[in-house]
Parts: sequence; C-alpha cells; structure tokens
Amino acid sequence: MKDNIIISIKGITKSFGGLKALMDVSFDVYEGEIYGIIGPNGSGKTTLINCITGFIRPDSGHVSFRGHDITHMPPHRIAHMGITRTFQIMRPYYSLPAFKNLIVPLWSPRARKTGGWRGGGKHGDRDTVAVDILEEIGFERDSRVPYKLASTLPTGYQKRLELARCIALRPEIIFCDEVFSGLSMSEIASMLPLIEKLKMDGITLIMVEHRLRELFRVADRVMALNFGEKIAEGYYSEVIEDKRVKEAYLGSEEV
Amino acid sequence: MEMMRKERIDRGIKVRTEGIYAISSYREILYLMGPRLLLIVGVLVLPLFLELAPYWKRVVNIMFVYSLLALAFDFLANYVGLVCLGGAFFVGVGGYLSAIFNVYLHLPIYLSIPLATILGAFFCTLTVMPCLPLRGVYFAIVTLMYPLLATRVIEALNILGGTNGITGVDSFPHEYVEHYAIIVFMLLFLFGMRRFVNQDIGLVIRGVKDNDQAVRASGISVTYMKTLAVFIASFMCCFGGAYIAHLYMWAGLSLFALDFSIIPIASVVIGGGGTLVGAVIGSFILVPLSEFLRFFGTFRIVIYCAALTGFIVLKSEGLMVYLQRKYHQFERWVRV
Repeated sequence: MKDNIIISIKGITKSFGGLKALMDVSFDVYEGEIYGIIGPNGSGKTTLINCITGFIRPDSGHVSFRGHDITHMPPHRIAHMGITRTFQIMRPYYSLPAFKNLIVPLWSPRARKTGGWRGGGKHGDRDTVAVDILEEIGFERDSRVPYKLASTLPTGYQKRLELARCIALRPEIIFCDEVFSGLSMSEIASMLPLIEKLKMDGITLIMVEHRLRELFRVADRVMALNFGEKIAEGYYSEVIEDKRVKEAYLGSEEV
Repeated sequence: MEMMRKERIDRGIKVRTEGIYAISSYREILYLMGPRLLLIVGVLVLPLFLELAPYWKRVVNIMFVYSLLALAFDFLANYVGLVCLGGAFFVGVGGYLSAIFNVYLHLPIYLSIPLATILGAFFCTLTVMPCLPLRGVYFAIVTLMYPLLATRVIEALNILGGTNGITGVDSFPHEYVEHYAIIVFMLLFLFGMRRFVNQDIGLVIRGVKDNDQAVRASGISVTYMKTLAVFIASFMCCFGGAYIAHLYMWAGLSLFALDFSIIPIASVVIGGGGTLVGAVIGSFILVPLSEFLRFFGTFRIVIYCAALTGFIVLKSEGLMVYLQRKYHQFERWVRV
C-alpha cells in the first residue's frame, strides 16, 4: 500500500500581492492513509487546500491525481474525479432541510456515473439514500433532526452534514478543513470513529487541523506548515519533536 | 407584569418536512386543495365576468403577462440568487422575434409565438451568459443595461422598423383565445415552477443560491445550473413578450420599457419573495391598482407609492407569506 501514491503535490507556490502564502510546497499522499496538515494561524493550510481542489489557481507547481495532471482544472471537474472537500466556514444549504442538502451531491454527474445515488440497490430514490447517509454519520433516523432546516441545526450536526455532503459523492479523497474546530470534547470523541470508518472504507483523508491531540490519534503521517513553507513531515512523534515545529508553535528559545 | 408570547403550532396533517402531508379525510383534502382550486377557478372564470366591464379586458391580459414576469423574477432572485433587472430585455426579444416571424416570414400566430418563445429564450440565455459569474448587485446592474442597450442599438442602426417598430402583426383569432392563451400558460408555468423547485434538479439550483462553493465541491458546474435557470426564466418572459406583440399587433421600442423590469419586482415584494404564488398575487394587486388610479391623473403616482410603502412597512414579509402562515398554523397567546 505504501508505494501507491494517490495524489502528488509538487512545488505549489502562491502569493497574494506581496504576501507569499505558499512557497514551494511538495508532498505525496498514499492511498488509504490519513494525512494531517498542521500549522499556526495564517500558515497557508487552507490556501493549500484551495490550490489543490481548484478553488484558487496556484502561481506555479503541479498537482497530479493517479498520474493525471489536475492543476488547472475547475473545481467541479476535480470533484468529479473524486477529490472533494469540506469548508472551514460551515455553510449548509440553509433553505433546505438537512437530508435535502445531500440531494445536491447525489444529483451530481459523479454520483450518477457511479450509481451512488441508488444506494447499492437497483431501484431507490435520492431521499432514502440521503437519510441513509445521514444515519451513518450520526443523525438519528427516527428523530426530527434529519428533517429540520439546515440553518436550525446545532454546530456539531452542521459539521457532520458538511462531511456527509462529501461522503455522498463517493469520493476517493476528502480534504477536511478543520472538521474538529468549534466542537466540544464529547462531539469530537463521537467524530473520531467516523473518521476511522471512512479510512476503513478506503477513502484517503487529508485533514487540516488545529486540534493536534485529536489529529494525532487518527493521522498516519503529518506535515507542518509555517509561513507557507513545509517545515517538517513524518510520523507525528517525529514532527512534534521537530525543533522548527516547536519554534513555530511556541516561539524560539533565544531572546 | 405578566409577559405574553405568541405561540405557533403547525396543523396536525403536516409530516416532518415541507410539502408532505398525512391526509385522512375529505375535509383535509379540501383544506389542501381549497386555496389552489380557488386560484385556478377564479382565474379561469375571470374572462366571463369581464363581459360586464369590457375596458378591463386589456388590463387583465397585461396583468397576467406581468404575473409571468414576476414569477420569473421571483424564481431567479429567490431560488437561484440572481437579481435580474433584465426582464424588459427578455420581453423585448420575445416580442420582436414573434413580430419578425409573423410579419417578415409570414408564419401564422400559432407558430410565431412558440418559435419566438424558444428561440428567444436561447438568444437571451446566450447574451446573459457572459455576466453569469457576476453576483449580487453587479449582476443586477449589468442586466439592467441590456434593455437600454437593445433600445439604443435598434434606434441607432434603424433596423426592425427603427423607432416606429414593426407594425401589422396578426392579432388573436378570437377574444377568448386571447384571454385563455395567457391564463392557461400562466397557470401551467406557476404550478410547473412550484413543482420544479422541489424536484432534485430544483434543489440543486436552490443550493447554488445558498452556497455555490459547496455545489462546485460536489462536482456540479455552477455556470451550467445558472444558465439553465436563466433559460427557464427567459422562456417565461419571452412568451409574455411574444403575447404582448400579438395583443398590440405591434412590436416597438416600448417592449424594452423598464416597466417590465420594475413592476414585477414590486409585485414580488408585495406578494412575498420565494413563494412563487406571491409574485402572481402581487401583480394581481399592483397592475389593476395602477390602472384604477388613472382616474386621478398625475396624482396617481403619489397614491401608488403610498400603497407600496404601506405594504412594505406593514407587511414586509409579503402578503402570501403572511396568509400561508395564518392558514397553516394555529396561533395562541401563552404566558412566558
């Protein structure tokens, strides 16, 4: 499994005016692993995800997915290939009930191509599949929760909905942009098995996180960013002991 | 001091989410169908009553055209998130195309209207497509330019009859055909749209309004969905335009008049945005009102504005939203 690179990022550079947001960031992710990206505020984590998923055009560098160059593709074509993402700022489709939120990915060309919207069976409708997926991700099926308007859901459920929207697409890679932030400890504790279940299903997860302790419980490998530069990569025990990572988070020891 | 609060309770037949009902008696069927039947039957018998007031026949026809335009505006603004002030452009394109087919190419009326509707919708969609990446007020301003641009182009190049317009367009064969052509299509479009926005594809279009980034991340092209929505809206408007051209037996620059952009917006505000029916009801109020006020001469603008302001201040949610709430929910005062 280790030699099976699913997505390879080479030398991504992006600057906004004079600000260098990303400088020559490269990394490879293997199929089926959970890859963490950490870094202090403003270190370019979200910009990196935006560059990879096509929401921002990188100035230079290449992204290749299973050998196909996807660098300058529009976001919906990248998503169609099976690379999807959550958003740091949760914005569900407010005017729709929670389960109707999943109709959008279930209607997409990718779901129709893979037959994902039928939910395994030959016949089926998207509403049933949507409620199935929500149940899988922790919405109680027989309660009112899946049928409430998305805007009235509590934060924890909105985060789950964000993830459910990705799962409904039957993706190969999910970029999770801070899925744990803003959640209580117990909510995170109930999210972790979910993340591991996705991994068992063979989905590659790339997680951007602030919550290091929770991330380290699930991540196979971790990369650290600081001021747009990759400063460390490897198993979390190595990364957390790295001098430059400590400096980035705690400041340097010399005064 | 005792604090009181108004409590609202849904009626028992609503199940879980919008639009799903558990019906167990004829009374409940009637409860659901009543308002719809009232509208349909009311609109269908209206021409018969107009025999008593022939002056209002023309007004009522125009009123139905405005309700189509309001429907299109409500759909674009509240379901797709495109505030389109180019309604007049769609009307003008439909009207001119129908006149061209009828006068220059000698097509009969039952061919010129459908052709103008379909080809007009294609033409409008193509011309609006470059602005689709724009959002919010920028899209509104650019689309406002379209009817102005079309007027200037026709004036300057002196094409399509120039400032005189195209005259000699066929009229409808009979007065009742004239009435029912617009009434039937208005009802079809109204109930069709209500159904459409709750279909899966309609939900995707509504998703574009709420969060277009997430729709992109789901592998759906936002531009495609917006194009589709503009096609549907301009289809309705072009039909209205083609109808007006045959009603007046003339297609001229006044088809691009900003009235066709502005009055539908006022109708949607009065009727309640996002209800679709509200847009139609709003134009049923506004258009006859503005016609009625003609008796007051120039003073009518003042009364018209006062009425509009009154609606906006007193029922800012919109008439239809208010009525639906009263109809579907019990209200009672409870102690806090």
